[in-house]
Amino acid sequence: MQDAIAAISTPPGEGGIAIVRLSGNKVIETVDKLFKPFRRDVELVKRPSHTLTLGWIIDEEGNPLDEVLVSIMREPHSYTGEDVVEINCHGGTLPARRVLERVLQMGIRLAEPGEFTRRAFLNGRLDASQAEAVIDIIRAKTDKAMQIAMRRLQGSTSRLVQQMEDELVLINAMVEASLDFPDEVGEPDYEEIKEKLEKIIAQLEHMLEAARRADIYRQGITVAIAGKPNVGKSSLLNALLRKERAIVTNIPGTTRDIIEDWLNIRGIPVKILDTAGIRDTEDIVEQIGVQRSREVIQQADLIIFLLDVTTGITPEDQYIYESIADGKVIVLVNKEDLEDKKVREEELQQMFPDIPVIRGSVKEEIGLEELESLIEQMVLAGGLNSDDLEMVVNLRQKQSLAAARQHLQDVLDTLQQVPLDCLGVDLQGALEALGEVTGKNLKEEVIDRIFHEFCIGK
Amino acid sequence: MKIYTAGNYQVVVIGAGHAGCEAALAAARIGCSTLMITLSMENIALMPCNPSIGGPAKAQLVREIDALGGEMGVNIDKANIQVRMINTGKGPAVQALRAQADKYEYHKEMLRTLLDQPNLDILMAEVVRIDTKAGRVTGVLTKTGAYFNCQAVVVTSGTYLKGRIIIGDVIFDGGPGNQFPATKLSDSLRDLGLTLGRFKTGTPPRISKKTVDFSKMVEQPGDPRPLRFSYISPPIDRPQLSCWLTHSTPETHRIVMDNLDRAPMFTGVIKGRGPRYCPSFEDKVVRFAHKDSHQLFIEPEGRATDEMYVQGMNTSLPEDVQIQVLHSIPGLEKVRMIRTGYAIEYDYVLPSQLKPSLETRAVEGLFTAGQINGTSGYEEAAAQGIIAGINAAMKVLDREPLILKRSQAYIGVMIDDLTTKEMDEPYRLLTSRAEYRLLLRQDNADLRLTEIGRQIGLVSDERWRIFQEKREILEREIKGMKDYQAVPADEIVAMILAKKGSAPLKDRSNLWDLLRRPQVEIEDYVEAGLIPEHDLDILEQLEIQAKYEGYINKQYEQVKRFEKMENKLIPAGIDYEKVTGLSNEAKQKLTQFQPISVGQASRIAGVSPADINVLLIYLEKERRK
Repeated sequence: MQDAIAAISTPPGEGGIAIVRLSGNKVIETVDKLFKPFRRDVELVKRPSHTLTLGWIIDEEGNPLDEVLVSIMREPHSYTGEDVVEINCHGGTLPARRVLERVLQMGIRLAEPGEFTRRAFLNGRLDASQAEAVIDIIRAKTDKAMQIAMRRLQGSTSRLVQQMEDELVLINAMVEASLDFPDEVGEPDYEEIKEKLEKIIAQLEHMLEAARRADIYRQGITVAIAGKPNVGKSSLLNALLRKERAIVTNIPGTTRDIIEDWLNIRGIPVKILDTAGIRDTEDIVEQIGVQRSREVIQQADLIIFLLDVTTGITPEDQYIYESIADGKVIVLVNKEDLEDKKVREEELQQMFPDIPVIRGSVKEEIGLEELESLIEQMVLAGGLNSDDLEMVVNLRQKQSLAAARQHLQDVLDTLQQVPLDCLGVDLQGALEALGEVTGKNLKEEVIDRIFHEFCIGK
Repeated sequence: MKIYTAGNYQVVVIGAGHAGCEAALAAARIGCSTLMITLSMENIALMPCNPSIGGPAKAQLVREIDALGGEMGVNIDKANIQVRMINTGKGPAVQALRAQADKYEYHKEMLRTLLDQPNLDILMAEVVRIDTKAGRVTGVLTKTGAYFNCQAVVVTSGTYLKGRIIIGDVIFDGGPGNQFPATKLSDSLRDLGLTLGRFKTGTPPRISKKTVDFSKMVEQPGDPRPLRFSYISPPIDRPQLSCWLTHSTPETHRIVMDNLDRAPMFTGVIKGRGPRYCPSFEDKVVRFAHKDSHQLFIEPEGRATDEMYVQGMNTSLPEDVQIQVLHSIPGLEKVRMIRTGYAIEYDYVLPSQLKPSLETRAVEGLFTAGQINGTSGYEEAAAQGIIAGINAAMKVLDREPLILKRSQAYIGVMIDDLTTKEMDEPYRLLTSRAEYRLLLRQDNADLRLTEIGRQIGLVSDERWRIFQEKREILEREIKGMKDYQAVPADEIVAMILAKKGSAPLKDRSNLWDLLRRPQVEIEDYVEAGLIPEHDLDILEQLEIQAKYEGYINKQYEQVKRFEKMENKLIPAGIDYEKVTGLSNEAKQKLTQFQPISVGQASRIAGVSPADINVLLIYLEKERRK
């Protein structure tokens, strides 16, 4: 069987469900590792072909990412003729994307355009008369994908990539020239290499960060509201919903009563996470148990922690805060419209020294503007300038950039500790990864560069 | 002229340079009746340029030739005057042996081997025509009317094809070293349907040792313990000669600049671009104007000759300017020039017309190898020579050709490059051209290729015995080291670690894993009696395999992915024009190069990933028919 590939196989956009499809070697075993079935006695690898299994896709820590239905189809009776797994996620792009990224983390490769269909044909699952159609699909999809990728890579992004390519080719040339022409070139300048490596890594990180931020506009973020009962969590949610147009409301989950509310805050889609305490009634220990709070921290990009000015900071508040303090937190001191103020400024400064604190009133909609702009600031961390906005890279390019960064980090970590030829393995790896972004073969350019930079010749 | 039948052979090799010698020996050793035809008996295995063999990528080639059962390694081990291991601090993949050769000894030793070789005849003549019948080679004709019937021909004519020598404004027809050029063979090759191109290369002046002042130069001695190229050579114990390092001066560069109007490189007399890795001295001065000095190595050409080679001084400047230039160099103020440097232009066969077996696609049974294929370097030539010789024999014996992969050998990298790339300068092998450098080391060429050479019938019983012995020792020692359980209480291990300043053991480990620690060396185990004394190359092999296991495994993983597409073969004779969905550029390039596998197709410039997908689907469709 061929190497495993994965992709979102449903059309982009909002739909009832989104499917992540995997095909190839050991895909059932791989998905088994990140899938937790509802029924404890069920094991995915032991399930027969063509069955559905309900459960969660979990992250590295074992926290659920999404509730899914997993179908498995064993070779040769599948679309591609190989082992196939289809993960049915909740609709909208975000759940499927998170699941896909999780799958890619496991070392599975992102499918090329048309690759499932190509495999289906090569494995004899489509008849020969369909071959022409397959070719058309591949041609169209590949060219289109390339076109889109190229269009995205215009302007400042392309300049940045070219700059990095140029520097990387030069580092490669410095190393390769020293290896191939020891008489003429001698040892490379390690200080210079180190400097250049650090510069490229910083640029790659900048691009990846920009890609992440651009993703924020496309994919949205999750925000959790935490606080003790009656502090005003549901009022805050309702106030935000009232103020901003909700994108999606109340998608009931299949088994759990999940409430997902999507807001649009300053152009960023924001999902308010289901924290048990939103429905303010029951026992605090059960509602905001340590376990649940940890899950909230894991999933949320941002946590709004509500305090009640009329009750002062209680041990209960402190207990809740301790369980969320690892995350990105904004403190909102609520009910400032009331006379009875028991939260002192010194207290706040002492308890939340480096954390933004807003004093306001959810009921009177005081401080909501400030809250929204804080959310924007904190999520975008440093703001997005117009250059960065162009850096919309696709997932494949993001994967390549991340791979290049990993290779270069390895080079930097082993510089002057392993011989030059071993460094070459990772340097060439980085070059290949970066070449995938622009579709260039940079190996030949290294050789050109050697002769350009160095005076070589017997 | 009366044409007479002068003999019948299975294989005829035209040319007796480094490619020709290997080709003839390979064919004869496999058992084919072989005739080698040379323009001059004195020029067999001639080194018309650098008197040296080896260096990065090239040493690997020599070891690969040797592992397959070739002669170059054995011959240089008999004829060296200095041996150095270079790149020693840069890792096992690029460490490379380099030997200065005694040109005269090298020729004499090779000649002796050729004359002693059963199945091999040598003839001095000029071949003017290659005959074919129904697209297959049938015989060759010499200038003096001798006709030889044969089933396969290997052309290894080097730079002799329509050779043209240029020294300033003096231009004449000639082969390297002022030999006669081969004037007729080019036309015969063209008549057979091959496309020829023209390349240029050059060589520096030679000077008289007696007139050199070595006190102004830096001595470059050989290694105290010279190593061998060949796995079967006896140890080297003859005294070594030194090379000498000097440099050009601002005065040198001024002389060059003042005479550019007489330099054929700049006046337009020489049109072809020369190799960038071997630029002329005048080119270096112009292109790197900010440097006011270039290194020059003064190298002896042999023990019994007064001639020395000025490495770094390739030039086609007029003779009088060459003398002025030499005299401006420290130590050469009073030097006498013995041979003038020159540029040479010659015909070559575009290698895109070759199969990976080095057989031409135009004519069955016709092979080309060496500089005629647009490469440069003795080692590159010899490596193609042995492959062409083997495959000519395979053709005659109706056996499968030998095609080495990029993941198997530098030879594979080179031939794959030649058959998938368009060249605009003579091709030189570099370690940077190899994707799997860490696997293609000079130290393991025997482990990679001896078995293949044995199957082909080139590896002698003696070589095979030596190899098997080595392989057994390696397997035994590796197993022994892995089986040796080292515990923290192990006194011998603790002593080694303490002596080497390596952290004491905390957990159970074994000798193999411990060897991966940077401080621990295999010699420590030998000293402590943990493993027995072995030859240096065996100890080196063990250490490299242990220390670089991580990187080596990384490369094996890459090879696995790479080979998937290499193993998808493309049947011959596809009409790419009829493959719907291919881009026009891909159609044209695939038709031109005729790749043998999908992997090879993917390396051709102008063939995109989408084209490869289309090709895969086309192949599957055809298969099902």
